[in-house]
Amino acid sequence: MSATLIHARPARVAPVPGLGLSLGVTIAWAGLIVVIPLAALAIKPWELGVAGVLASLADPRVVSALSVSFGAALAAALVALPLGLLLAWAIVRLEFPGRRVLDGAIDLPFALPTAVAGIALTALLAPNGWLGAPLMAAFGWQIAYTQAGIVAALVFVGLPFIVRTVEPVLRDMGRDAEEAAATLGATRPQALARVVLPALAPSLLTGFGLAFARGVGEYGSVIFIAGNMPMQTEIAPLLIVIRLEQFDYAGAAAVGLAMLLLSFAILLGLNLLQRALRRGRR
Amino acid sequence: MSARFRPAHADAPAFNAVLIGAALAVAFMLLVLPLAAVFVEALRRGLPVALDAIVEEDSLAAIRLTLVVAAITVPLNLVGGVAAAWAVAKCDFPGKRLLVTLIELPFSVSPVIAGLVFVLIFGAQGWLGGWLQARDIQVIFALPGLVLATVFVTFPFVARTVMPLMQEQGREEEEAAATLGATGFQTFWRVTLPNVKWALLSGVLLCNARAMGEFGAVSVVSGHIRGETNTMPLHVEILYNEYQFAGAFAVAALLALLGLVTLAAKSILERLSGRPSGGAA
Amino acid sequence: MPPHGPATPRRALIGGALALAAHGAIRPASAQQATLLNVSYDPTRELYREYNAAFARQWQARTGQALRVNTSHGGSGRQARSVIDGLQADVVTLALAYDIDAIAERGLIARNWMARLPFNSAPYTSTIVFLVRRGNPKAIRDWGDLLKPDVRIITPNPKTSGGARWNYLAFWGWALRQPGGSAATAEAATRQLFRQVPVLDTGARGSLTTFAQRAQGDVFLSWENEAHLALEEFREAGLEIVYPRFSILAEPSVAVVDGNVDRRGTRAAAEAYLQGLYAPEGQALAAKHFYRPRDAALLAANAARFPRMELITVDDSFGGWAEAQRLHFNDGGVFDRITAR
Repeated sequence: MSATLIHARPARVAPVPGLGLSLGVTIAWAGLIVVIPLAALAIKPWELGVAGVLASLADPRVVSALSVSFGAALAAALVALPLGLLLAWAIVRLEFPGRRVLDGAIDLPFALPTAVAGIALTALLAPNGWLGAPLMAAFGWQIAYTQAGIVAALVFVGLPFIVRTVEPVLRDMGRDAEEAAATLGATRPQALARVVLPALAPSLLTGFGLAFARGVGEYGSVIFIAGNMPMQTEIAPLLIVIRLEQFDYAGAAAVGLAMLLLSFAILLGLNLLQRALRRGRR
Repeated sequence: MSARFRPAHADAPAFNAVLIGAALAVAFMLLVLPLAAVFVEALRRGLPVALDAIVEEDSLAAIRLTLVVAAITVPLNLVGGVAAAWAVAKCDFPGKRLLVTLIELPFSVSPVIAGLVFVLIFGAQGWLGGWLQARDIQVIFALPGLVLATVFVTFPFVARTVMPLMQEQGREEEEAAATLGATGFQTFWRVTLPNVKWALLSGVLLCNARAMGEFGAVSVVSGHIRGETNTMPLHVEILYNEYQFAGAFAVAALLALLGLVTLAAKSILERLSGRPSGGAA
Repeated sequence: MPPHGPATPRRALIGGALALAAHGAIRPASAQQATLLNVSYDPTRELYREYNAAFARQWQARTGQALRVNTSHGGSGRQARSVIDGLQADVVTLALAYDIDAIAERGLIARNWMARLPFNSAPYTSTIVFLVRRGNPKAIRDWGDLLKPDVRIITPNPKTSGGARWNYLAFWGWALRQPGGSAATAEAATRQLFRQVPVLDTGARGSLTTFAQRAQGDVFLSWENEAHLALEEFREAGLEIVYPRFSILAEPSVAVVDGNVDRRGTRAAAEAYLQGLYAPEGQALAAKHFYRPRDAALLAANAARFPRMELITVDDSFGGWAEAQRLHFNDGGVFDRITAR
């Protein structure tokens, strides 16, 4: 360690040391765990040839499964967005007994294994379950084994992502801006719509993106509740599993790669939108 | 406080009450009920049956394996995550955005794909399959495969929790330390770490909770050998498929309890630290 | 430039963790206790739990060697894939010959595996029966009744479940035998059948849970042995078995995984394990768990538990598994066609 004393430079600001080591560890870690495995995924499908990959993705079942996965993830993220905002608001801004418990409970979906969540949600929402039976009796709604069941599972899985991204920003924001708006004569709804919501928008978007991305790939919790009917409630990850079981590795990797690229494109779009939002506010 | 004095930036109490009610209702339906279902099902045939299912030999093996996987996974991701957060927050280098994207990527990769990629690499038909088999090294369908898949899935948790905080705190303190001649390690240990330790701990705990509960990725690389390569979530599935519902939910409840303890520890830590970070996962 | 000295403790940590991970990777060649791994499909759990213990006892008595038989269960296709990907199975006991053929294609099992043991290497057989709710409210007696408009059928997904492929082929075989039956009418009937399926689970076990526990559907197309197990496990659900007059002879096949046993030095035990299934004790256990034994005398003694049915075989009616798989279940096959709209 004494060696470093030698280059105690007179510069006004020394760059923070440790780049070499930390970057080295990071790149080794990210390379081994993320880059190489995903490279394997990116390379595998092309064994089929370009035409083969396209044909394997153009299969109506694949198209349908991808649209079910992406559609349900989108719907779930949209449902979870206001719910997540509500929970974050309650945790940060409101005082009530049980607030801390609520705060702790938000992370539950992270801690509950997805398969357990799937079984529990199916038990709740099946037409003879605690929630499913009354819904069936009162409205004739069936949740489990329909696309609504997939959305319900994905809302459960995605909710904490939204709460946990919005919450710190809300906490950080304080009430100064709202107070200023009020002083300037804005009504409460105006203050909320023009001051609070725009300030939260980037984090809402991030949370939305995370919940969406997680939902697209979710398997364990969905598989029990989905019904898994081809062309209706069959999700893309299940299709990967099915192709694997037919020993069609390349076809499985093709679906995986398509999922990855699609969600990557959507996340990138959200990122750009977020940047535009930030810039717009300046 | 009279209506006249209620500042315009506060909401009417009635409105707040509605919000609280709605928040509690959402939390009850979405968070509490599924958990309650697990415990009710676990205890349906009484506590002794539930306990028997947990102390049964194969269950104990699954519990042990889960703890071992988590014990290897968490330190790996701790070191990697902290290094990544440090590099991104405190240093400048080209390709930084790319690196951040890479780190977040595993969140958007389906767990099934996470398992699949390791099969493509280490499976007998995979890139390294022949080489490994010639040396009698078992990666997938053994502990290393389980660890790899779990590390992949829980990869972003530590980095994502620590990074925003490190960024927010800026570099002035570290730069000052460097100016005073501190080494990188000294700077990290004495300056940066104390500032982020609570966020780091909650990242570690989240990572741990997720590592213990991972199902999809692990399921692809496990081989499902009873008492050998079954982690707790896989054992839950096995018991469920043997129609031992009470037993399946008992192991699930234990797993949920482990998760709950982890989360409780996390929120206690956050309270101790006055919640320094948002700790978004 | 950043100093490198302090790197050591962290490097050591990583090194240690990797070493720890690697330690688990290398299996000592001479384990103190011999193990066999039987990779099987879903419904055989109860049978093999009992048979494993019995075989380990016999083996120790015969050779003095302590033996532990491990099992892995799951959908037949997934299990075959795991073996292909390197799961160190000594024997496979799968739902259909096609899955063992898939392993043989990769060179892990000799191509002639089916001829190495009696009865096409299927020591027990099973068939497909109906499980209905108490009193059989929809009056389902035969395959034709499944197509009544108000009947909802539960079956697992033929793409992922071996049992479901038997279900599908049994129905197809029935449809072919109807007056004027042809591939076209059979396809139309099967299309109608799957229109009346509300949930397709990935495996037989998940499907039965959906039927019995979640109360979905009116009839469950089931392995005969699973149907009997269901009567016991879901007593409160009040289920009944209906034997159609006609069904399919399911021959769940078994094979020694040559590539693995030769490397692990477990061939003798693995072969004895499979041969034991044909011995009186193995046959009795199979019958006890509602698999139809090959032993004619034992089958006759259990005639009440195994009603006589007219059974077609895959070889006679579908030209063997490879052909059935290619035509019906592969991507772009008939099953894909009838479930697409």
